[in-house]
Amino acid sequence: MAKKKTEQFEESMKKLQAIVEKLERGDLPLEESMESFAEGVRLAQYCHQKLEEAENKVQMLLKDQEGGWGVAPFDASGANDSGT
Amino acid sequence: MTMLPCEEGHSSVYTVSELNAQIKGLLESTYRLVWVKGEISNFRMPGSGHYYFTLKDETSQIRAVFFRPQHRHLRFVPESGLQVLCQGRVSVYEPRGEYQIIVEIMEPQGLGALQLAFEQLKKKLEAEGLFDAARKNPLPACPRSLGIVTSPTGAAIRDVLKILQRSPYPLSITILPVRVQGAEAAGEISAAIRTANSLADSFDWDLLIVGRGGGSIEDLWPFNEEIVARSIAASTIPIISAVGHEIDFTISDLVSDLRMPTPTAAAEWVLARLDHLQRTLSQNEERISKSVTRILVNAEQKLRFIEERLQDPRRRLTDLRLLVDDRSERLRLALVRHLEKCGAAHAHLTAKLFYLSPARSIQDNRTLLDGQISRLNLHFCRLFDACRFKLKEYAARLESLNPLAVLARGYSVTFRLPDNRVLRRAIDVQKGERVLVMLSRGRLECTVAEVHDETTVS
Repeated sequence: MAKKKTEQFEESMKKLQAIVEKLERGDLPLEESMESFAEGVRLAQYCHQKLEEAENKVQMLLKDQEGGWGVAPFDASGANDSGT
Repeated sequence: MTMLPCEEGHSSVYTVSELNAQIKGLLESTYRLVWVKGEISNFRMPGSGHYYFTLKDETSQIRAVFFRPQHRHLRFVPESGLQVLCQGRVSVYEPRGEYQIIVEIMEPQGLGALQLAFEQLKKKLEAEGLFDAARKNPLPACPRSLGIVTSPTGAAIRDVLKILQRSPYPLSITILPVRVQGAEAAGEISAAIRTANSLADSFDWDLLIVGRGGGSIEDLWPFNEEIVARSIAASTIPIISAVGHEIDFTISDLVSDLRMPTPTAAAEWVLARLDHLQRTLSQNEERISKSVTRILVNAEQKLRFIEERLQDPRRRLTDLRLLVDDRSERLRLALVRHLEKCGAAHAHLTAKLFYLSPARSIQDNRTLLDGQISRLNLHFCRLFDACRFKLKEYAARLESLNPLAVLARGYSVTFRLPDNRVLRRAIDVQKGERVLVMLSRGRLECTVAEVHDETTVS
């Protein structure tokens, strides 16, 4: 599932790159270039959105008392040099 | 020391068992703990899990056994051809009367034990194809949700988190806490990787970083364990192995999808990838808007150029209008000239025509005609008189030829009535029929009294 999302993202980046190159060649008919531009802007927004999608958080995976998996916030200051 | 039987005057005879038992006792007490070095040969491991082999040098050999409880903690697997140093005791296997060394500790010579274990596992996994580039997972283009399998208390995780704070995009980081050294570490690391894969759907990790900070080869050992290597190989989530300092290389490094020399390097890799993405994205945005601007400006210039060219026909129209005016004027003048010319010609022709009028000729001809008519009349009168004369002559001649003229001489003509046919023969009438007789003067209507065929009058 994660892989698939990555693929979508990568595909979008590739398409965006292709559009950029196509537009830079400058030999597109005007209408087509406007369409490509709109598509490019849409792809860029999509990529931005994908990148912003994650929540900024640091957590630790823990096994709860019932044996299921849960998370707890992780305090980085708890880390010290003594352990490795 | 036990008294040997022979010393009692050959009187005592050993059984085989007694002899072997005595030898065993003797050897076991003499070689309680010895070090021996040699090359392993004829190595075999039956189902019991004990190791059986022969230790040999150039000229001699000794049987050896390494029982399972003792070799369980051995990091490498002994193999034929290996030079080893063994510590053990010498014993006799009485059922066969064979003596052998019971190995307690074995260390490879040349390479360290760990190094050997490393080489052995590396060779094995390599043969299985676990290091093949083809079976590695592609690394995510945009890592957004990271799982980090490491110690939650180490300096490594703190450094990693510090670096990742600089991410241009939000990052979700989940620490899967494990011990990274000691006997339990490999099991925990392996379990954490498997757990991450089993929870992948709910956590959506797109990258796992597995590692620890630097340490001795013993400290790093869990990352050389087969169980860890196999978990990494089986992972569907891409894994970056980041163990120790730069010079250290582990089995985890080899089997992972990407090897980074340290956890901080792994974090920097993630950061670099995200930075690159951000740069690429904004560059691409800039480039497309630049391109489109350029395309629009070009289009506008082109349009303006074409517009300018579009004005030409208007100028041309003016030219044409002037041309039309000019031509019209010339046409008018030409027409006028032509008309003038025609007028003159007309006058000339009229005069000529007048001059050539037929009136006179008509007059002349009329005079001529009158003359002719007079002559014609005269001629006609003459002709007429001649005709009248001739007619009179003809009438006289005609009179002389009148058949009725003979009647004057006494002849008559008889007609049968009522059909007025001229009778030539008497028999053409019957008695009683009526006939008409024409005489020179007057007519007689008669009834036939008698018909006679003869002409003579009786």
